[in-house]
Amino acid sequence: MSKLSLIIRREYLTRVRKKSFIIGTLLAPVGLLVYMLVIIGLSSYQGNDEIKVAVLDEAKMVNPLPDEKGIRFIPSGNKTLDALKTEVTEKKLDGVLRIPPLGNFQQKDHTIFYYSDEKLAPEKSNQIEKRIAEKIKAFKMDSLQLDAARLKLLESDVSIDPEGINSDQEDDQSKYSAGVGLAVGGIMTFLLFFMVLMYGQMVLKSVMEEKTNRIVEVMMSSVQPFDLMMGKIIGAGLVGLTQVVAWVVLSGAVSFIVPLVMGFDTSQMQAPMTAGDAAMDPQLMQDTGMRIMAELSKQNWPLLIGSFIIYFLGGYFIYSSMFAAIGSAMGDDTGEGQSLTLPATLPLILAFYIVSMAGWRNPDSSLMVFASIFPLFSPIAMPFRLAFNPPWWQVVLSLALVIATAVFFVWLAGRIYRVGILMYGKKVTLKEMWKWTFYKG
Amino acid sequence: MILSVQNVVKAYGDYKAVNHVSLDVQKGSVFGMLGPNGAGKTSLIRMITTITAPDSGAIFLDGHKLHSRSPEQIGYMPEERGLYKKMKVGEQLLYLGQLKGLTKAQAQQEIDRWFEKFEIKDWWDKKVEDLSKGMQQKIQFIATVLHKPKLLILDEPFTGLDPINTTLIKDEIGQLNAAGTSIIFSTHRMEQVEEMCDHIVLINKGKNVLYGEVQAIKNEYKQNLFRVETAGEQPIDLPERFEVVKTEKNARTFKLKEEDQSNELLHLYLQKGARITRFEEILPTFNEIFIQRVAETGE
Repeated sequence: MSKLSLIIRREYLTRVRKKSFIIGTLLAPVGLLVYMLVIIGLSSYQGNDEIKVAVLDEAKMVNPLPDEKGIRFIPSGNKTLDALKTEVTEKKLDGVLRIPPLGNFQQKDHTIFYYSDEKLAPEKSNQIEKRIAEKIKAFKMDSLQLDAARLKLLESDVSIDPEGINSDQEDDQSKYSAGVGLAVGGIMTFLLFFMVLMYGQMVLKSVMEEKTNRIVEVMMSSVQPFDLMMGKIIGAGLVGLTQVVAWVVLSGAVSFIVPLVMGFDTSQMQAPMTAGDAAMDPQLMQDTGMRIMAELSKQNWPLLIGSFIIYFLGGYFIYSSMFAAIGSAMGDDTGEGQSLTLPATLPLILAFYIVSMAGWRNPDSSLMVFASIFPLFSPIAMPFRLAFNPPWWQVVLSLALVIATAVFFVWLAGRIYRVGILMYGKKVTLKEMWKWTFYKG
Repeated sequence: MILSVQNVVKAYGDYKAVNHVSLDVQKGSVFGMLGPNGAGKTSLIRMITTITAPDSGAIFLDGHKLHSRSPEQIGYMPEERGLYKKMKVGEQLLYLGQLKGLTKAQAQQEIDRWFEKFEIKDWWDKKVEDLSKGMQQKIQFIATVLHKPKLLILDEPFTGLDPINTTLIKDEIGQLNAAGTSIIFSTHRMEQVEEMCDHIVLINKGKNVLYGEVQAIKNEYKQNLFRVETAGEQPIDLPERFEVVKTEKNARTFKLKEEDQSNELLHLYLQKGARITRFEEILPTFNEIFIQRVAETGE
C-alpha cells in the first residue's frame, strides 16, 4: 500500500469508527422520523378545547351558523347582550359574538365584537372572521338579488405556462417546473453548503490536532507533508460521502417505512397547509401531486447527481485545502485561529446568501450567473441553477474553473502547510502565510 | 560513512538557520550534535530526515544522495514528541511502521518483539491517552526504531524522561549501537551525552564551530588541571610552581605548566606522606569548550 493510501485509510477509519460519527449518522434519520411523527401528530391533533360562543346577530345576517372544528355557535335567541355577558361570567359560555348591522353595502370593512375575558386563539379568530365574511357575502348577494351561480362565472384562475421558442427545446415546462426546480436546487445548495463547511472544518480541526499533539514531526520524517495533507483531505471527504450516502439510504428507508407502520398516507401531510382552501378538491390535489411527481421525473437526475458530486468535490477541495493551510499555521491557541478562518468561510457564506436571496427570485439573474461561474461561489450556486437548464457553456466554464481552482488551491495549501505545520510559538498573519508559498523545498 | 553533510545552507527568509555546515558521521559511531537552543540543530536534522530540503549543499546517506525513500533508513525521535492520542497503541505502531516502509507482517513481528522486550504485551489495545507519560515515551521509542533504521537521530532524547526510563532508553540505544546502528544525539544539555559520544559537532548560530573526535578535542582544550583528593588533611607548603586553582576540604586542583608534571606532583604528595584517595586529570566539559570556542571566534 502506498503511503498516501495508508494515510487515507487511517484518516477514514478513525473517523468512521468514532462514536460521534455513528451516532450522528444514525440519529439524523431518527431525527427525521421524530419530525415526521410530530407533524403527523400535529396534523391529526383535534383540539379538544372546544369553545362555546353565543352569536348575537343584530341584523339577522348570519344565523344560523353551523358548528366549526373547535367552535360551537349558539344562537342568542332573545337574550340581551348583558344577559349573555353574565352567562360568560358564570362560565356557561366562553364568549359572546356581537354582529352589528351593516351601515351600507358599499362599506367593505365590517367590525364584529367578541366579549370574553379569555383570549381568543388566533386560529379560532381567523376561522370566525372567515365564516362571518362568507355569511355576509351570501347576505349581500341575497339582498342584491344576485345569482350565485352566475357570479361564479366571473372568477378566473390565470397561470403562466412558459414555452420555449427554439424548436429543439422541448416543451417540458409547466407552472410546476419553477417550484420543483427551486425545491431541488434549494436542497442541493443547502446540502453542499452544509457539507463543505462541516467537512472543511473537520480537516481544520484534525490538522490542528496533529500539530498540537506534536505527532506531526514524527509523521514528517516518514511521509511528505503534501501526502499527509492530501491524505487528510481525501480521508475526511470520503467520510463526508459515506455519511451522505448513509443518510440518503436511511432517510429513504425511514420515509418509506413510517407511513407503512403508521398506516398513514403521506399526502395528507399537506392537509393542514391547504385546509383553509375549501375549494381545493381532492381530485385537484391528487393532480398536483401527479404533476409534481412528473416534474421531478423530468429532471435530469444523472446530470444533477453527477454535477452534485463534481461540485461537492470541487468545493470541498477548495475550502478544505484552505482550512488545512489555516490549521497548519495556527498555534496551540485555538482562539487565535478565528481571525484566519473567517476569510476562508466568508465566500462560502456569501455564496449561500446570494443563492438564498437572489437565486430564489430569479435563478438566471446576472448576479446568479456570475456566482455560478466564479469558482469560490459556483460549487454552491451552480447546482441551484442546474435545475433550471442554464446555457451549457456556462456549465462547462463553471466546471472548468472549479476544477482548475481546486487544483490551484490544493497546491497553494500544500506550500503553506509544509512550512506552517512545523512552526511553533509564533502568531501567523495572512501576509506571512503568503510569503511561505515562495519558500524553497 | 553513514552520513555526509556537505556545505549545507538553509535560510528562512533573511535568517540563515544553517550556514555552510559540513560534517561526516562514521558508520557505527555515536555522534553528538551540540549547541544552544536555536543554534540550528533541528533545522539541520530536518534536512537530514528529508522534512525540508537544503537551499544549497548536499546530504548523503550511506553513500547516496537523499531521496524519497531515505527516511525509511532513518529513525528520528524529534524533540517535539507526540502520538495520536485516541489511537490504540498497537494500531498506531502498525501504522507508523508501515509508513516507514515495513509490510504489515514485518511491523507486527517487530512490535511483538519490542512488546516482549519491554514486557508490555497487554498494551496493544490501550489508547495512548490512557497511558502514563513514561509509558508513552516507551511507545515513542519503539515507533522510532521499529523499522531497524541504519541511522538513529535523537533530538533532546532525555528531556522529560524519568531516571528509570532514561536508563532503559540509554541501554537500548547502547544495544542498537553495538548491533551496528549509527546514532546522532542532538542536545543543548551537553553534559548529558558527552560520555556516550565518540564524535561531536558544536553548532552555534547556524555555523559549525567545532567538529571532531571527542578525545582529541578534549585533549586540545585541556588546561592540565589535576585534582588530588586525600583522606584527611592536605599537605601544606607545596612548591610555588604548582599553581592551585581550587581548594576543597580534602582536595586541591592544580593547574600544571606541563602535562608531565603530574608524576612530579603525585610524587610530592607521596613524599609528604598523604594518603591519596583519588588522583585525576580534569578534562574540560563541552560546556566549557563551547564557551571558550565561542569567545575565540567572537560570535
